[in-house]
Amino acid sequence: MKKILALALAASLLAGAALAQTTLTLGLFEPLNEHVELVLPQFYELHPDVTVEIRTLGFGDHHDLLVTNLATGSGAADVVAIEIGYIARFVAEGGLRDLSEAPFMADQFADDFVDYAWAQGRTADGRQIAMPTDIAPGTLYYRRDHLEASGWTIDQVIESMDSFLDYGRELLGHGVFLVADAGSIAEGLIRSNIPVGDGIYFAADGTPQLNSERFLEAARIAQIVRQEGMDAQIGAWSSEWYEAFRQGTTAVEISGAWLGGHLQTWMAPETSGLWGAANTPGEMLVSWGGSFYGIPTQTAEAKLDAAWDLVLFLTTNPEIQLEAFRTINAFPAMPVTYDDPMFEEELEFLAGQQARMLWADIANRIPGVATFPGDMIAEEIFGSAMGEILNEGRDVQAALDEAQMLVERRIRR
Amino acid sequence: MARTTTSPPPIALPKISWSTRFDKLQRRLAPFVFISPFFILFAVFGLFPIVFSMYLSLQEWNPIQGLGTMRYVGLENYTWLMGDPWFWRSITNTLWIAFASGIPQHLVAIPLAFALSRGIQSFRHPLTAAYFLPYITSAVAIALVFQTIFGTQFGILNQTLQYLATAPWSAWLFGGLADSLPVNWLGRAPNIKPAISLLVWWQFFGFNVVLYAAGLATIPKDYYEAAQIDGASGRQSFFHITLPLLRPMIFFAVTFTIIGNLQLFDQPFILTDGTGGTSQAGMTVAMYLYRTGFEWLEMGTAAAISWLLFLLIGTLTVIHFYFFGRSGLETRD
Repeated sequence: MKKILALALAASLLAGAALAQTTLTLGLFEPLNEHVELVLPQFYELHPDVTVEIRTLGFGDHHDLLVTNLATGSGAADVVAIEIGYIARFVAEGGLRDLSEAPFMADQFADDFVDYAWAQGRTADGRQIAMPTDIAPGTLYYRRDHLEASGWTIDQVIESMDSFLDYGRELLGHGVFLVADAGSIAEGLIRSNIPVGDGIYFAADGTPQLNSERFLEAARIAQIVRQEGMDAQIGAWSSEWYEAFRQGTTAVEISGAWLGGHLQTWMAPETSGLWGAANTPGEMLVSWGGSFYGIPTQTAEAKLDAAWDLVLFLTTNPEIQLEAFRTINAFPAMPVTYDDPMFEEELEFLAGQQARMLWADIANRIPGVATFPGDMIAEEIFGSAMGEILNEGRDVQAALDEAQMLVERRIRR
Repeated sequence: MARTTTSPPPIALPKISWSTRFDKLQRRLAPFVFISPFFILFAVFGLFPIVFSMYLSLQEWNPIQGLGTMRYVGLENYTWLMGDPWFWRSITNTLWIAFASGIPQHLVAIPLAFALSRGIQSFRHPLTAAYFLPYITSAVAIALVFQTIFGTQFGILNQTLQYLATAPWSAWLFGGLADSLPVNWLGRAPNIKPAISLLVWWQFFGFNVVLYAAGLATIPKDYYEAAQIDGASGRQSFFHITLPLLRPMIFFAVTFTIIGNLQLFDQPFILTDGTGGTSQAGMTVAMYLYRTGFEWLEMGTAAAISWLLFLLIGTLTVIHFYFFGRSGLETRD
């Protein structure tokens, strides 16, 4: 009898303890889950009263579900990961809590992150809706074998846009394409040399800029690449793209630093040692991806403290950021980590190059760009105009004038 | 004896117990209760969305900002769409693909079903099953496979054309293609719609073969025997017996094709990576509607597109009924 009583007592105590536990849900897209699962034990050591339940989906599904959940006002995880491509939407539209306010007071961490990543998670009226976790400094991946065969040096190639194009012309003689898609060069160019305060597609006062000189120039250069046959006309993330990397039919790819990780692990592992990384031609200084963590407005008040603890753990802890760099190649958003010996490692895949130092340097210099509500639609319309210019030979000025008109129509309200 | 008439004593109503009453009530209500799941489900998942989308089409609403931010704008969504170049482009695309993939479906399916039912009897079932297989395969899986087939540099379609254009035995026929190879099927605007149509045609003609095979099975053998005795050729039997008697089935199948093809979504969505392709050449109305609502978060405009699409399908179906319905639906004697 005594035994039973004791058991009952123990059970009720356990139940009591369980009640004090806060259970958080954490919505992630792949492969962030690999990283988080690895570091969660460290979080539990700091916060034994919190239990984290991870929900992982594929990249597209995660964000689609998040939009639906925020729209219907229920079902979103307590803490959510958001990729840069989607952040503009939430910056503009709401649905995520303002982390600058109590109880979060996120602004004190502003200086811990590279400037542009912090700016990306911030609205024009100064609300911080997400904390950066990883970033993607834009870089140029190049095939060393093609470079050697051409007799050029990489510094000559990236000296300016003109020299870059000359390298492409040289490669034509060797039967090699310069890039997979001419459009990717235009995408890089429109993201560089943006006046302070402006966004990529909109001026500070909100007027679309799609037929400004920056866009016209970008489109013209891409058009030259296409017309002279320097690109393989292959879109990113297609099986043809991977095949081109494997077979080495293209000589360079302008992308985020993360591309190396993909090449190494699954796209073209057999090309190890053939690659190098460099600055973008003419120092474009663009950001090419990045992830954030935010807290939806629908997260219960009672869970906010625990949710914020989790966000801080995942974003402001240099050790955790470095761990993510190690496991999933997510480039840290905190400059303080760039002094870690990890950054001096010689990367085997890049033939022993210390490329991480290069990327850290680029990351520190990328300027902040404002985010506007119409960014997503403008990106779509610009991409469409580029398609017409490159694939259908449409006149640059006419195509971009139409794009400008379409964006103006779209942002009617 | 004076007869006093007294009103008959009131019939003592049998005392009805509560349980009997409940029993009666239950009997009366039972049918409604039993049928209610359908009506409840229909109201929630059928009726409500229809009514709500009509209401929504008159509002401006960004779903992420919550239900409270809906704003009545009257017919602005509709008038805006009337002047929207992308909307009209999506309508043209949809009609183009619907016709280019729809008509060949039937032109191939009818003779094929006829051949299956008359000629190659022994292979009939395995062949029908083979033709039907694409129909029951996931549209996404099919589109992914076709995306690889249509690849520019390494796609099997271009590789085959390349071979045909250069091989000595076929060069006389395909040699003219050599200059335009490799074809950028999914990257260049003029090629996207034919590529999508080819896929849709391949996926759905088998379904029509099965429909027509079923229709052919209902045509009495006597007609063919009588025709044979009168000396009719196979060709004559087809045109003078099969086709006329198949009319109701043709009408039915074409109605299906109209409704299905105008709502095309998965195939163009996957083939163009969800963008609609260069110049939106592959963007169907259903895709435009999805993107407006869920990517650009203009739910009101998206709802208006859905009603315009409904109007378009309705109109085409009515035209189809008007011209072919009478002959299609009349009973044969």
